[in-house]
Amino acid sequence: MAALVKRNHWVVRLTHWVNVVAVIIMAGSGMRIFNAHPAFARPGETFPLNPWDGRPIPGWLTLGGWLAGARHWHFAGMWLLVANGLLYLGFLFFHGEWRDIVPRRGDARDAVEMIKFYLFVRRDHPRQGKHNALQKTAYFAMPVLGVVLVLSGLAIWKPVTLGFVTALFVNFKWARFVHFVAMALLLLLALVHVFMVLSVDPYSLRAIITGWYDRARSPEARNARPFYHLFGTAPSAPPSEPPRP
Amino acid sequence: MTLDRRRFLTMSAASITGSILAACDKNPDSAQPLLRLAERGNERIEAGLFRHTAMNRVGAGAPIAGRDFPKYFVSPRMPVWDPAVNGVWRLEVSGAVRRPLSLTLDDLMKLPRVTQKVDHFCVEGWNARATWSGVRVSDIARAAEITNDAQYVDFAGFDKGYHESWDMKSAMHPQTLVAYGMDGYLLTPAHGAPARVHSPVKLGYKNTKYLTRVVFMPARNGGFWSDQGYEWYGGT
Repeated sequence: MAALVKRNHWVVRLTHWVNVVAVIIMAGSGMRIFNAHPAFARPGETFPLNPWDGRPIPGWLTLGGWLAGARHWHFAGMWLLVANGLLYLGFLFFHGEWRDIVPRRGDARDAVEMIKFYLFVRRDHPRQGKHNALQKTAYFAMPVLGVVLVLSGLAIWKPVTLGFVTALFVNFKWARFVHFVAMALLLLLALVHVFMVLSVDPYSLRAIITGWYDRARSPEARNARPFYHLFGTAPSAPPSEPPRP
Repeated sequence: MTLDRRRFLTMSAASITGSILAACDKNPDSAQPLLRLAERGNERIEAGLFRHTAMNRVGAGAPIAGRDFPKYFVSPRMPVWDPAVNGVWRLEVSGAVRRPLSLTLDDLMKLPRVTQKVDHFCVEGWNARATWSGVRVSDIARAAEITNDAQYVDFAGFDKGYHESWDMKSAMHPQTLVAYGMDGYLLTPAHGAPARVHSPVKLGYKNTKYLTRVVFMPARNGGFWSDQGYEWYGGT
């Protein structure tokens, strides 16, 4: 009965889990670095865009112990993040998988349909391919945020030597702000991602570990919303994801 | 292609294992060799990217920090040079030089003066602007006639033995000064009087205040914060 397809190439599976480690190192140590001066205001100035300016991040969320330790973690972890990100993006580009996540016309409409479905405005799960339109948006936004994080990171690591990168973000202060906001957005997306995997499609965990995915248990086949129809297989309609070599 | 992939896999496996071990271990020192390796590599990359033409540019209209410019020193009390106790303040320039110098503040002020509004980048993450006046370290090096052995330079002061050593390229950057003036006035003790190192190309902790000695050397000799775990290079 199982309709198994090989869903994720080994490069995607490897880079996904390496990225989990890299993002934990980068975000944890980054927040510890931030706590050395938990504000965006320069001395004597105020920064109205951050209502919590001056308030540090809880220490248990951070990594590195102290500023110097966290900086070493950050400047070592960045190479893991960048090497892994380049491998992922290179693979996506040359192997054609970019088509799975790059937005195309109609995605906005499909995303609205998915939202309607999740809000019980619509009864049936919209038809989808590998990912639904909301997933595609999130999975596309993540590498985009990654690029923003790397660029703004270079901008605050080398504000003089790479001053032209800093100038892309106006100046050091704003580059630091962009770096922080992009990190926060990436963590938010990652949290939503984990929540949706566990509450809508826990079967996709297998696909990101071994690569195999049972299409008969896809959210579309189960008509699954968060915590709805978590178990069981398709009653009738065949899933629409095409087989993958 | 296969080799690259294999090497990448080995490298990532090694680093992941290292990080996880370190994160789970009660003793985070197990990650130290890996982190030190990364610091060495980064240092080489940073030095390779470094250009004397890459300057810190602060707009003419940008406000200066003024009274809000943070002050710090490592002694229990603010170090103040007392001529009655220590004699006339002098800047001793020595080491790998043909002409060792011993400059009074007057001597220093007779050397070509540079005034620049630049950023001060603190390792903590803030930056503050001030207008600094002083002598380029490269001009002092020229006056002292440094030899080929001058690969590094140590800046030491009278703030409880504070010192930081620099790579030569950063020290010879046109924006690296021995500064004696700030925002149009002579330095105050809070900001390192009578003279201090100031440069936007290094993080604040590399910019020794209360300067007394400039020593050109064939090898680096660490520094106050570098010895405690902060990056020795500390470049921007």
